[in-house]
Amino acid sequence: MTRDRREGVREIDEATIAPGPRAVLRAMGVPEDRETSAQVEALLSRSLDVLIELSEPRSVVRNVAPDEFARIYEGAGDNASPAPLEQIIPRSERLTLFVVTLGADVSVRIRSLFDEGEPALATALDAAASEATELAATHLERLIESESLRDGCVSPSARALRYSPGYCGWNLSGQRALFASLGPERVGVRLLESCLMEPLKSISGVIVTGPVEIHRFEPLYAFCSECRTKDCRERISALMKDYPS
Amino acid sequence: MESLERIAAELEAGNDATVRSLTRTAIDDGTEAKKILDEGLIAGMQVIGEKFQNHEIFLPDVLLAARAMNAALELLEPLLGGTGAATRGKVVIGTMKGDLHDIGKNLVGIMLGGAGFEVIDLGKDVAPERFVEAAKEADAGVIGMSALLTTTMPTMKDVVSLLRQQGLDGRVKTIVGGAPVSKEFAREIGADAYGFDAANAVERVRGLMA
Repeated sequence: MTRDRREGVREIDEATIAPGPRAVLRAMGVPEDRETSAQVEALLSRSLDVLIELSEPRSVVRNVAPDEFARIYEGAGDNASPAPLEQIIPRSERLTLFVVTLGADVSVRIRSLFDEGEPALATALDAAASEATELAATHLERLIESESLRDGCVSPSARALRYSPGYCGWNLSGQRALFASLGPERVGVRLLESCLMEPLKSISGVIVTGPVEIHRFEPLYAFCSECRTKDCRERISALMKDYPS
Repeated sequence: MESLERIAAELEAGNDATVRSLTRTAIDDGTEAKKILDEGLIAGMQVIGEKFQNHEIFLPDVLLAARAMNAALELLEPLLGGTGAATRGKVVIGTMKGDLHDIGKNLVGIMLGGAGFEVIDLGKDVAPERFVEAAKEADAGVIGMSALLTTTMPTMKDVVSLLRQQGLDGRVKTIVGGAPVSKEFAREIGADAYGFDAANAVERVRGLMA
């Protein structure tokens, strides 16, 4: 496989990953139709200012061949089966391992705000940072997708979607093989023994680019009933909106 | 409005500067610190807890009220320390070994404090033995354990086992919570309670201490 010079460490413009206030409120459990007080608005505004001030979004990416990914995905053999990726990977056209992170400073500030007796700002900042990390991962998805289309190495209707260890049947222990292959330490992300990433505001996984249809699956797997987020539904729906079945 | 009622109302509105100012006035007027705490701050947080459980208010409102309570407590704590003011009980909390997520645990700690419990927060990445040691040192009635990683949940059972081995399971109760944790899991490992969110955790702790 020809080495893509765009592989490796990639910076992300923090302006592209700033969440809107409503997204932060949603992350804090506030319903969409709920009006907020001036104090809550001020809290959100402050949390977003601190987020932009402290975030240093970066990523590491590497394209891998299907057989190499199969070994990474197999990991320690703890995955659920059947699982969506078992059907998706054979039909994919490009596989890109990735880690994105907001950097350590945000997490350090969250911790210190709690220690200083500022739980409101700490929690709002934590919610904002979680949303920002998701936006960074989505931004990377779109970037990989557009580059793949421009390269001509995927079909014209190809779309990219990410999948992460700990979700959709891919056991969290899969982080170990992923980290061994990708080397995210280059952007300051390390893997703890519990398979937790540090800094916490980091996301890892594989970006799968291929015909949009490959990403269509229903939440009928055994593990779906235990999933609390089910955010795969929203992400798949967003991808499919231009491609009704 | 009575000054303590006003403290409670301003706390519920999240007006930390006003709560601090009213608390200062109440202290200067000779109101006992414990009375200000119980009838002003805890009374206000009680309403906050009930409204949160009933989905009338949400997390940001709870946190702003907690900020207001902290603002007043800075004035009260030096006055309370010498009186040996009784609390509703002591609760040891922490996030399990290997887990660095602590937002949920922090919220539980805030709401337990608001409900009048003394909280011994061990932080994150806490070994099972440390939970038990801390409970013994503090003579705590409850250990609250939080996990956001499935890989760290098994150590919750270790805490329950250690308490049993040391003959403490009657005296020290356990409550577990966190996104991957469930009522069924709590039952499997022999925990005394499961809290599905921070407000529910406070209610369950009240029940365990009753």
